[in-house]
Amino acid sequence: MSQELTRINDFVVKFANVNGSGSASANQLFARSILGMGVPISTRNIFPSNIQGLPTWYEVRVSEAGYLGRRGGVDLMVAMNPQTWDKDVASIDPGGYLLHDSTKPLPPSKFREDITVLGVPLTEIANRAFADPKQRQLFKNIIYLGVLSALLDIERGVIEDLIGKQYKGKDKLIAPNIQALDLGRAYALEHLDCPIGLRVRRADAVGDRIFVEGNDATALGCVYGGATVAAWYPITPSTSVAEAFAKHCNRLRKDKETGRNRFAIVQAEDELAAIGMVIGATWNGARAFTATSGPGISLMQEFLGLAYFAEIPAVIVDVQRGGPSTGMPTRTQQSDLLACAYASHGDTKHVLLIPEDPRECFEFAARALDLADRLQTPVFLMSDLDIGMNHWLCEPLSWDDTRTLDRGKVLTFEELEAGTPFGRYRDVDGDAIPYRVYPGTHPKRGAFFTRGTSKNADAGYSEEGSDYVANVDRLLRKFETARTLVPAPVIRQAARPTRIGAIFYGSTAPAMGEALDVLEAAGIHMDTMRVRAFPFHEDAFRFIAEHDTVFVVEQNRDAQLRTLLVNQGNIDPKRLIPVLHYDGTPITARFIAGEISHRLAASGDVARKELAS
Amino acid sequence: MSYLKPKLHHPGLPTNALGLTRFDYDGAVSTLCAGCGHDSISAAIIQACFEIDLPPHRLAKLSGIGCSSKTPTYFVGASHGFNSVHGRMPSVLTGANLANRDLVYLGVSGDGDTASIGLGQFVHAVRRGVNMLYIVENNGVYGLTKGQFSATADQGSKSKRGAVNTDAPIDVVSLALQAGASFVARGFSGDKSQLVPLIKAGLKHRGAAFIDCLSPCVAFNNHAGSTKSFDYVRDHNAALNRLDVMPPRAQITADYAPGEAQDVTLHDGSTVILRKVGAEHPVGDRVAAMNYLQERQAEGEIVTGLIYLDPEADDLHAHLGTVETPLAHLGTGDLCPGSAALEAINASLR
Repeated sequence: MSQELTRINDFVVKFANVNGSGSASANQLFARSILGMGVPISTRNIFPSNIQGLPTWYEVRVSEAGYLGRRGGVDLMVAMNPQTWDKDVASIDPGGYLLHDSTKPLPPSKFREDITVLGVPLTEIANRAFADPKQRQLFKNIIYLGVLSALLDIERGVIEDLIGKQYKGKDKLIAPNIQALDLGRAYALEHLDCPIGLRVRRADAVGDRIFVEGNDATALGCVYGGATVAAWYPITPSTSVAEAFAKHCNRLRKDKETGRNRFAIVQAEDELAAIGMVIGATWNGARAFTATSGPGISLMQEFLGLAYFAEIPAVIVDVQRGGPSTGMPTRTQQSDLLACAYASHGDTKHVLLIPEDPRECFEFAARALDLADRLQTPVFLMSDLDIGMNHWLCEPLSWDDTRTLDRGKVLTFEELEAGTPFGRYRDVDGDAIPYRVYPGTHPKRGAFFTRGTSKNADAGYSEEGSDYVANVDRLLRKFETARTLVPAPVIRQAARPTRIGAIFYGSTAPAMGEALDVLEAAGIHMDTMRVRAFPFHEDAFRFIAEHDTVFVVEQNRDAQLRTLLVNQGNIDPKRLIPVLHYDGTPITARFIAGEISHRLAASGDVARKELAS
Repeated sequence: MSYLKPKLHHPGLPTNALGLTRFDYDGAVSTLCAGCGHDSISAAIIQACFEIDLPPHRLAKLSGIGCSSKTPTYFVGASHGFNSVHGRMPSVLTGANLANRDLVYLGVSGDGDTASIGLGQFVHAVRRGVNMLYIVENNGVYGLTKGQFSATADQGSKSKRGAVNTDAPIDVVSLALQAGASFVARGFSGDKSQLVPLIKAGLKHRGAAFIDCLSPCVAFNNHAGSTKSFDYVRDHNAALNRLDVMPPRAQITADYAPGEAQDVTLHDGSTVILRKVGAEHPVGDRVAAMNYLQERQAEGEIVTGLIYLDPEADDLHAHLGTVETPLAHLGTGDLCPGSAALEAINASLR
């Protein structure tokens, strides 16, 4: 047997459960209890596209150093699913621990010699304490939480407080939960060698950070950004954006005097109708958004082309999942980039905002609503399942009360009455953004016809080639204006001058940050750039020009960001080395560091040290 | 249709309560074929909007793709129009309506647009009770692509080239009734005296109003063997009733003897007067309306007139409980909860 792992506030616990067995609540209590002790954590749900019966995993990374990406590997496996036993046991790092239900004995061949096996008769304890079959199942999960609290030295009081908060208003549930917790603790303290080498020690490393899901933060951003119309169709992993929007609106957007809603939320019949409603609403002066995923984006293509060509604002939240087709509905990817950037037929280019965490989901959602109005065009918020459906520890959300909704170029009744000239598609200010008028504004001036067919600058139907070219060229210039308005990339210089660069985006951020530290410890220094929007800022191309070797790290098979960079920057594809992860699980620091160090070592003509010098 | 509309009109032209003449409700010159039934419908819309004193800029006219969907350009030029995508006008109209409940919404569609790709959106907009008048300009044929049968073409009817339609038709009136439309009618572009009041009543109705308007295609569906030709529809028209729409406070009851007219008061106080032409038909009974429609259809008759009306209907805004102020008019102060509320949210997430 190898030496037991000994780590304080720095380890990975993974729970292997059966979907629908009620484990989510206990697992989250476990995670929050560590957070309650002031130690940063990151959590990942890895779940099937199924309601009950299939395997599900919940991974908790404990990291006082503050690494919030997936690390890779497992130090303690809570193996509660016989279906995945072999795979789960195999995934434990040498020296790690296995906690399992020992009610029914297993043969020695089912275990490994290089790990510590901790057996607890969870079913037996639950069956003895609780009569109701449903309770037996649910409290078995709380019993293993109790066991873990003893094994890892988690303060019981912290968990008790959390249970109290969780069941506030349903007080009769508190006592049996505490009972189950204590049953597990008592068994562990009596029968196991507690605590083990992995331990939680109270720290002060969380600060004022919040623990929030990306979809929840996105929904709040839509509230703060002034969206009044939400039209959506259920699809994993974006459904909770719409549900959270409804929750927040019901709390924050009721008219105090009448109790009526300052919002309208429609569950559409499909994604086509959802984006149609958004377009109708924004054409008519409201702020509107829809939330969907890859298959929904596919369905929305025609309408997106209309919105682009007719210049109608729209915000589309794309919580990306594994594609193509139905793909992996409950797994994460960054594989909709190209589909969104060039959505619809004909020559189109759309604005993409790419958040790295829930905080940016909030900021970018509100900003997307402003940008859509300002630019009169669709704007995509490119989130993904990893950010959207997992709780992330991030900086608190903030709002500047002096900020007002930027409605863009809209002529008012007074301006029309004063004789302000109006031609719907005229480039009056030289930024290629025309003026518009909301329907119903003025009895005699400002009416125009919106259509997806070609038109002249005054919105009149036109099949003249010159009118068409003038229009689409203006749209291209408008995209240049967009470049000046979208968030710039975040560039981080290495501690030492280097000619190696790495580009990444979105939910890859935390794993990338950790990978940089790992590589630096190995003597590999890299500058990095986190892309936050399309069109790309000029800095993005400068960054590439300033480095001899540039890795592009992304979570899709076809290196979609790399393709966009090559296309838009006219860059030699050989200059951008793809580092790709696309099995549906969130990318890990181990993977990134391993791939980059491997590629550098393999490039014989470019010695690693030379590159780093 | 290539003709020029005169810009000068007789100074003595009648005006409505807004001081506007009928010509103030004109649109651009139609590019449809001479004699197209759709142009007659446009004329009826113009007449109806004029007669109900609708401020032109308060009308939002939306359509999909096809001959019918081109027509919003040809009426009420001072209003905002939206020619969207094939069959998806209902969702765009729904969104527009959600944004600003104060405008009047007119959706114009065709049988191809509504009964094929748009079938889903049509039914869902109706079932939601979107406050609109949805007109299908129904000619049973694809005109822009030169003569293919549409989904409303009757089984056994012939195309201009002599092909026989083997598929069963979709009856959009039955669908509208089934889906819960609170105003359902059928008109005929060749019967303006019936159609104009139907449009007036439909525009005034709060809730989902629907008119299926038979509108023969002179180029591809106005021949012997067609069941959507002018002659065929005239020969088989079973007019259910004749309508008048009277504004609020108008004296109406003295015009008709008891038993010959039925009054229905709408949300805005105006009155729809139904003068019976055919069999007695309880216009407020959805089941009876469906039965009657099926019975007459089995006899080869095309029922026109107001088929069903629920004067008490609510609309989508009522279902969603939205504020009276149009959502599009709400400002930062109404919409953004501010930093203090956000701080409280942050605290709850720690």
